[in-house]
Amino acid sequence: MSALLVEVRDLWKTFGEGEAETQVLKGLDLSLGVGEMSALLGPSGSGKSTLLTILGTLMQPTSGRYTMLGEDLMRASEQDLTAFRNRHIGFVFQFHNLLPDFTALENVIFPTAVREGRETPAARARGRALLVRMGLENRIDFPSTNLSGGQKQRVAVARALMNSPELVLADEPTGNLDRASADQVMALIDEINREEGTTFLISTHDDKIAGRCRRQILVGDGQVTG
Amino acid sequence: MLYAFKIAARYLTASKAQTSLLIFGVAVGVFIFIFMSALIGGLAEFILSRTAGDLSHVTIEAEAIEPPLLLEETSGVVLLAREKDTSRQARLTNTDAFLPVIGQLPGVTAVSQQITGGGVLRRGAQTMQVSVIGVEPENVSAIINLKRYLVEGTVALGSGKILVGKKLAEELGFRLGQTLRLQADTGIDQSLVVSGIYETGSGGPDRRQAFVSLTTARTLFAMPQGISRIEIKLTNLYDADGTAARIEAATGLPAKSWTEDAAQLLDALKAQAQTGLMLKSFALVTIIIGVASALLLSTYRRRPEIGIMRAMGAPRGFVVLVFVMQGALIGLFGGLLGAGSGYAVLLAFPSREEFQPGNLPIDIAQGAYGVAILLTVISATLASILPARAASRVDPVTAIGQ
Ligand SMILES: Nc1ncnc2c1ncn2[C@@H]1O[C@H](COP(=O)(O)OP(=O)(O)OP(=O)(O)O)[C@@H](O)[C@H]1O
Ligand SMILES: [Mg+2]
Repeated sequence: MSALLVEVRDLWKTFGEGEAETQVLKGLDLSLGVGEMSALLGPSGSGKSTLLTILGTLMQPTSGRYTMLGEDLMRASEQDLTAFRNRHIGFVFQFHNLLPDFTALENVIFPTAVREGRETPAARARGRALLVRMGLENRIDFPSTNLSGGQKQRVAVARALMNSPELVLADEPTGNLDRASADQVMALIDEINREEGTTFLISTHDDKIAGRCRRQILVGDGQVTG
Repeated sequence: MLYAFKIAARYLTASKAQTSLLIFGVAVGVFIFIFMSALIGGLAEFILSRTAGDLSHVTIEAEAIEPPLLLEETSGVVLLAREKDTSRQARLTNTDAFLPVIGQLPGVTAVSQQITGGGVLRRGAQTMQVSVIGVEPENVSAIINLKRYLVEGTVALGSGKILVGKKLAEELGFRLGQTLRLQADTGIDQSLVVSGIYETGSGGPDRRQAFVSLTTARTLFAMPQGISRIEIKLTNLYDADGTAARIEAATGLPAKSWTEDAAQLLDALKAQAQTGLMLKSFALVTIIIGVASALLLSTYRRRPEIGIMRAMGAPRGFVVLVFVMQGALIGLFGGLLGAGSGYAVLLAFPSREEFQPGNLPIDIAQGAYGVAILLTVISATLASILPARAASRVDPVTAIGQ
């Protein structure tokens, strides 16, 4: 087994209070090794998205331990988590993925530009290279709203990779796409994973997508069941 | 900073219609602000120039000599009438040393020594009671700008010359170059040649006053030494109270500001300025509400994007900056547009020199353009703080809505 990237122990997440209280995660344990490519599976409402947002430091768990790259993320301040996210975690969402008033390239380089305070030529060069790699060489300066669904998701993958993060979290990244587009996006993710050793955790309902991942993590009743 | 600016600018240019409308709204507020400034300022200046413009701003005058009471202390009620002594002139003596001191006080533009007194102008059988003002020839136009009001002749006052108002000339029926007899209250009598005729537009100077040289006045009023009063003109007539106090402190002479006799006028001007201030404040409040509500709406509309930016590692402060900069930009462009169109519209109004009664006495120079732009940028920036904070608190998880 490869080196440990993410370690989650006894993770609890409860929404609401009293009557409306919902326990979504109930003492979940999970480890992700460096370079792993895993599918996150489970019935609707099982807490896949909840787990991904907690791993992405966008939401605090109710209790538990979460370390990534050896850092205790339960103790980090909001500012530290924002900076950590920027450097070490990439996201691909199902909807609302790109900034609509910006071009494909501008979207891709956002994570670097926001950290450096401006769009540097180096960032632009890397953004271009990533878009070329995603097969979007003739869509680089397209307004993001003019892209097709599959193209948008490929731009989103490029953006997730922009800061060379150790971990990319994707929540049903192909949920909106047709078969061909979904396969294309997955092929690219697969390629990046093999070539660069980026760790991916991809939630999906699609068995074919899950089949492309080397590990399947099944969530049920608030815990990892397989 | 630069990157936040880029995003702010992009957001504004992305919804052109909305941004144009917003900037136009701000510009209207700025326009009202500038128009009110120019109108209130112009009105005040107009009223002041009509009333206090030709006044001495600070006057040093000898205290009137009160005749002594000859009545001994008595019991019971005594009705006492004291007649003003007109036979002896109150005078200032030993002022020569102070004149340079006064002249060098900040804000003092002119110092005029004068000898004044009453007299009767006579031409043939016609007579007219006038107040005679003796001035130094080089200071003829120091207090009342006689040079500007001159309709005939010159303002040069040699000995034996007299300057009179147009009304007086018409009533007594004389023309430039004719000789008049002036009998002073002292009984001294002199022939004077009319060297200039002026028209100020107000009754006092035009009908009831006449100007002679200081030397002539010395003879007429039998004052070989001393003077009746010193009149002082200031660059800013609102400084008169302070300057009067400073003159008193420096010289010990009784200096009086023009405002002492103009309390009502000043109250009216103050009320007018306050009305203007209120209208201007309303204009600013409108700008603040307009910008705040527009940006709040934009914050709401852009929630998903804000969520994405936060997820990508944009700090809260960055989001605040993006929205505050939008406010500042709207303020800047609205301010510039409003100030520019305000200036253009004010240009259409006649200037103060060409002013005709019945027009709005607008003073284009008092439009307060810089202040208007600055206040607008500040207001719009302040107005954007609330929406910006709301934007920075957007929860990425609910905003992205996965
Ligand atoms: N903010 C919230 N407040 C209350 N309940 C929530 C909240 N977010 C999620 N839940 C609940 O938590 C449970 C898990 O939701 P989650 O979105 O993680 O499921 P999921 O596995 O991603 O489902 P799906 O496959 O349909 O996307 C659901 O029952 C949901 O109603
Ligand atoms: Mg989900």
